[in-house]
Amino acid sequence: MTNIENPKVKIKARNMTVHYGDAQALHGIDLDLNANEVTALIGPSGCGKSTFLRCINRMNDVIDGCRVGGSLSIDEQDVYDAAVDVVELRARVGMVFQKPNPFPKSIYDNVAYGPRIHGMAQDRASLDALVERSLKRAGLWQEVKDRLSASGTSLSGGQQQRLCIARAIAVNPDIVLMDEPCSALDPIATAVIEELMEELRRDYTIVIVTHSMQQAARISQRTAYFHLGDLVEHGQTETIFTTPQHQQTEAYISGKIG
Amino acid sequence: MTDKIDIRSANPLAAQAYQARLKKRYRAERRFRAYGLAAIMTAGMILLFLLNAIIFASLPAFSHHYMRLDVEISTDYVSAQTPQEGNYLGLVRAALREQFPDVTARRDKRALYKILSLGAADGLQKRVMAAPDLVGTRVSLDVPLSDDIDLMLKGLIDRSLPQSDRIVSDRDLVWVDKLLAEDRITRKFAFALFTNGDSREPEMAGIRGALVGSLWTLLVTLIVSFPLGVLAAIYLEEVAPKNRATALIEVNINNLAAVPSIVYGLLGLAVFINFFHLPRSAPLVGGLVLALMTLPRIIIPTRAAFAAIPPSIREAALGVGASRTQVIMHHVLPLAMPGILTGTIIGLAQAAGETAPLLMIGMMAFIVDVPGDVTAKATVLPAQIYMWANNPERAFVARTSAGIVVLLTLLLVVNAAAIYFRRRFEKRW
Repeated sequence: MTNIENPKVKIKARNMTVHYGDAQALHGIDLDLNANEVTALIGPSGCGKSTFLRCINRMNDVIDGCRVGGSLSIDEQDVYDAAVDVVELRARVGMVFQKPNPFPKSIYDNVAYGPRIHGMAQDRASLDALVERSLKRAGLWQEVKDRLSASGTSLSGGQQQRLCIARAIAVNPDIVLMDEPCSALDPIATAVIEELMEELRRDYTIVIVTHSMQQAARISQRTAYFHLGDLVEHGQTETIFTTPQHQQTEAYISGKIG
Repeated sequence: MTDKIDIRSANPLAAQAYQARLKKRYRAERRFRAYGLAAIMTAGMILLFLLNAIIFASLPAFSHHYMRLDVEISTDYVSAQTPQEGNYLGLVRAALREQFPDVTARRDKRALYKILSLGAADGLQKRVMAAPDLVGTRVSLDVPLSDDIDLMLKGLIDRSLPQSDRIVSDRDLVWVDKLLAEDRITRKFAFALFTNGDSREPEMAGIRGALVGSLWTLLVTLIVSFPLGVLAAIYLEEVAPKNRATALIEVNINNLAAVPSIVYGLLGLAVFINFFHLPRSAPLVGGLVLALMTLPRIIIPTRAAFAAIPPSIREAALGVGASRTQVIMHHVLPLAMPGILTGTIIGLAQAAGETAPLLMIGMMAFIVDVPGDVTAKATVLPAQIYMWANNPERAFVARTSAGIVVLLTLLLVVNAAAIYFRRRFEKRW
C-alpha cells in the first residue's frame, strides 16, 4: 500500500534529453516516479510532458528523427539498454491515449488482443475470464457484458476510453501511462475515469498528463510541472498546489500563464 | 447600452443590398447544381448511346441460320472402323445434292455447296466419332448455312438490289427460297460464338480462345503483381526510412504509372522473350508484361490506403506491445484491404483492356486453338476484337460488337467481384 512518506521509486529518469530533428524537446530531466502512486505531469502546451511520458514506454522510437539521451530506468533496469525488448517493455508499461482509440474490432477482441499476442491465456475459458476481469476493473463490464461482440467503436466516448483502459490493463502491466485521457470526455465520464484511477493505483503505477489543474489536484499524489522542456518543480501534489517553490509554477496553476 | 445592429433593418439601403446579395447567392447555387446535373446527364446519355449501339450491332452474332438435312451416312464416305478419316463434308454435300436433283453441272454444284458453311460437317463428324455405329444409318441434322446466306436471311443483305451489287447471287436466292418453302431453315442460338476458337469463316469464329487467353493472362498478372505490389507498398510506407533514396523510388513509381503501355511491351520483348527465351505469344509473357504495367497501379493506391489508416490505431497496437509486424498484419493491412482491393481491381481491369504491350510479344495473332495453359499460344479479348474488326467479311461486324459485349461482361464480373470482396472485408470489423 501507498506510503507517501517512504515510497518505493519505480521509474527513475536521469538527465533525459529528447530531440525531434534539430529541435530539443526535453533539456535533461531528473525525475523519480513512485510505485502505486498517481503522478500528474502538468504544464503549458509544448512543454515536453507528453514527450517525457512517451519516453517511459519508448513510444518515441517510432517517430522519425527522434533522439533520446540520458537514462531512464524502471525497477533499476535501463529502458534504453540494447538488451531490452521494446515489445516486452510496452507489455509492462501500458498506455492510454488522448483520444479514445479502440480497434475497429469487437469489444471482446479489443481487450483480448494484448493477451493473445503475448500468449497470456492458454485456452478460451481463461481468455474469457481475463477479458471479464479487465472489463470489470475498468468499470465497463456491467454496460457491455451482453454485447461483447459489438464493435468497440459503437460505444460512447467515455465507454471507449474505459475500453482502452481495459485493453491496457489486460496485459497486466506494472505501469499505466495516460496522455490526457479525459480531454475528449464530458465531466460525468471524466469522473468515472478519475474514480477508476484511484482504484487502479493500488496495483499499478500511474503517470498522467493533464491540462486540468483540478484533475491533477483531485487524483494525483505527486505533481511535476514542466515548462519549455524543463522540469521546473515536482513534489507532493498538496505542496505544489498550496506552496509552490517557483513563481512560474504558481503563475501556471493560478491560471496566469499557459 | 446600445442594441445590436440588425443589418437588415438598420439602414434601408443596406437592407436592399443584403437582399440583392442573398438572391445572387441563391442563383449561383442553383446554377452550380444545374451544371453538375447537365454534366451527369450528358455523360449518362453518351454511355447509354454507346452501349445501345454496341449491343444492337452485336445481336446478329448471337444467332445463326441452319438448314435441316437428312444425311445418309454411307460407307462410301465413312467407315465405322476409322470414323476419324471419313469425308463428312462429302456426306453433307451429297445430302444437299439430294435436295436439288436438277443441279448437275460441276460448276453449279460448286456454287450450290457455297450456301453451306465450310464447317457444316463438324457437328456430324462429332456425332459419328462419338457413336460409330451410326455409319450406314440415316440421320437428320441441322447444318449451318454460310455467313452470306445467313446475313441475307437476317435482312442485312438487301435482296432487292441488282445481282451485281450483292454478294448473294440470284441462283442462291432461288435455292434458299426453295428451302424456306420446304420449312428446312431455322434460326438458332449461335453456340459456336462461345465454344469455338478463332476462324477465317465468320460463322465458325468464336470468342472462346481469346476469352480463355485473357483469363490465363490476367491470372498470371494477378499472381505476380498483387503480392509484389502489396509487399512493395508495405515496405515503402511502413518499414523503409524516409530518406532521399525512398523519395527517389516513390517519384519513379509515380512516373512508371504514366509510362505508355507499349514501352512495357518492348521491355517484355527484350527481357522475357529475347533474354529469358520464354515462349512467344504466350499468356505467361503477356501476364508478366501486364504485371509490370499494373505494379505501380497497385502500389500507389495501396500506399494511399496505408497512409489513410489513422495513426491512433498504430499507437494503440504499439501501446499494448504489438511488434511492428503485428501492427501491420493485425491492424493496418486488414483496415487497408478494401482500398488495396479497389486499386488491384482497377489495375486488372485496365490490364484486361490493354492491347499495345501485347502487340510486341506476339499476342495479336490468329490463333485457332483454345489455350490449355499459360505457355500455349494465345490471344486476348481486345486483340481478338481488333482482328475481327479488320476482317473484310460483313458478318465480322456483328462478331466484333459481340466481342466487345463479352469483354464488357468480363469487366463487369471482375468489378462485381471487387465490390463483393470489399463488402466482405468491411463487414469483419
